[in-house]
Amino acid sequence: MSDILVVKNLTKRFGGLAAVNDVSFNVRRDGIMGLIGPNGAGKTTIFNLITGVYKVTEGSVEFDGKAITDMEPFKIADAGVTRTFQNIRLFKNLSVYDNVLTACHLSAKYSIAESILRLPRFVREEKALNEKATALLEIMGLTDRKDVTANNLPYGLQRRLEIVRALALDPQLLLLDEPAAGMNPDETEQLMRLIVDIRQRFKLSVLVIEHHMDLVMGICEDIVVLSFGQKLAEGLPDEVASDPKVVEAYLGSSGGNSKC
Amino acid sequence: MDWNYIQGILMLAGINLIAVLGLCLLTGFTGLFSFGHAGFMAIGAYIGALMTVSPNSTPGGLGLPLIVGIVAGGAAAGLVSWGLGSITLKLKGDYFCIATLGFGEAIRLVLNNIQVFGGARGWPGVPHYTTLLVVVIAGVIGVWFLANLVRSRHGRNMIAVREEELAAQIAGVDVVKYKMIALVTSAVYTGVAGVLFGHYLTFLQPKMFNMTKSTELTIIVIFGGLGSISGSVLGALILTALPEVLRAFDIWRLVFYGAAVILIMISRPQGLMGGMELSPAGIRKLTAARRLRQEQKKARAAENAEGGAS
Repeated sequence: MSDILVVKNLTKRFGGLAAVNDVSFNVRRDGIMGLIGPNGAGKTTIFNLITGVYKVTEGSVEFDGKAITDMEPFKIADAGVTRTFQNIRLFKNLSVYDNVLTACHLSAKYSIAESILRLPRFVREEKALNEKATALLEIMGLTDRKDVTANNLPYGLQRRLEIVRALALDPQLLLLDEPAAGMNPDETEQLMRLIVDIRQRFKLSVLVIEHHMDLVMGICEDIVVLSFGQKLAEGLPDEVASDPKVVEAYLGSSGGNSKC
Repeated sequence: MDWNYIQGILMLAGINLIAVLGLCLLTGFTGLFSFGHAGFMAIGAYIGALMTVSPNSTPGGLGLPLIVGIVAGGAAAGLVSWGLGSITLKLKGDYFCIATLGFGEAIRLVLNNIQVFGGARGWPGVPHYTTLLVVVIAGVIGVWFLANLVRSRHGRNMIAVREEELAAQIAGVDVVKYKMIALVTSAVYTGVAGVLFGHYLTFLQPKMFNMTKSTELTIIVIFGGLGSISGSVLGALILTALPEVLRAFDIWRLVFYGAAVILIMISRPQGLMGGMELSPAGIRKLTAARRLRQEQKKARAAENAEGGAS
């Protein structure tokens, strides 16, 4: 099977409002897929449904052939799906290094008893965790900032650190929620290269929500367009960009109403 | 001052320290506030005493050595906290806090009505087993265990829960499980402190474990600095000794005690240690941070000079 994530008829209702309504799409293994749509279209809600933060009203989510619908978020993370947040959620008062080291914890198996008594397995695995965190920071170019408190990092690097923290879990699928929000064109360019690079290096698939069209058109191989909780279009970037329905959703109806 | 008096204060400080270490894990590292830990202390004290008290003075007493009392008291407190945790840990923030407050009071009122333990009149005849040596050994082991736990992946997961619960979940941390581990561990520590407390005073009374005791423990943790073991150690020593030092003020003693705590909290809101540790790694971190600040200051000064020149 070549699809890593299969979303089928996904629906989420908050009271009477259907934030996500019967949305289906697949993310190809090793692919980069873009999820776009106007504000309030339900993009982040879909992320919250995939990662188990919200309970699904109807429909199913399948990851790597296994159903993960309504599993606890930490189990979904353990299974190999992880994400970043639209409003950055780092462990703010910890150093950059500790942020990453904390997230490496799934690579170690030692128990609490082993840690309070400092038994050999604790020492061995702890060393491996530290090596992993150091290597990740090196690859992602944050080594020189490793002792800085996360909160004091410049905005662009905070976003980068959130991605590093996600990578520390060895995910197979990475969900990025507006990674380029608040970035200037230069930083966006860098971020694009970073996303393509980590896909290669860590052999993962990416699903990205983004408003910067240069980024979406530049790196996404497939695009799903949402509007008012429903799937509007799906396809290659060029197809989607020229789809009249998509243009309408973004710019208003096209029939002679050319105010913009 | 005679040695007996000083020894008494040191033992009391050590016992407080052990209780505070537990609370330090729960409040300082995991971010859950509790105003009911005196309840766990009471459970530890009473169950521990039941193990050691001679059958002649109390029916049901087992007359066993102190170590059995410590194990049983700690285990009993841990067990009860597990029960409490499984019904309250889904509660968020303030609500959990209120639940613990209710729990602490409930334990005290239940003990008031258990006649075997003397009810509200109190329970004399607990053997005097607690010595300074026992307290020091228990304290050192307690600090060592806690320091090891906090610096493991389990400890880091607890800190992650304190920092940002949602992000911790997404990073694969079972938030409820780690809150539970923190709660049970803290209850065991506090229970052991209760056992030592009972065998130090040789007399137990439910009102020793009222809300004032719970808040005293929480105050020490905050005073020492959240998320710092060395802060909790310092806090326990200072705040236990302070009322004794202030005896010169006679009836104004507790007023000065309160004023001193308020003054220190105003001048150092992050607590004595402010999350830092008095350990080789902690000191390294501190100096690194200071160096960074100086460099930044220098860089800013250089920038300003340039700006002035142009």
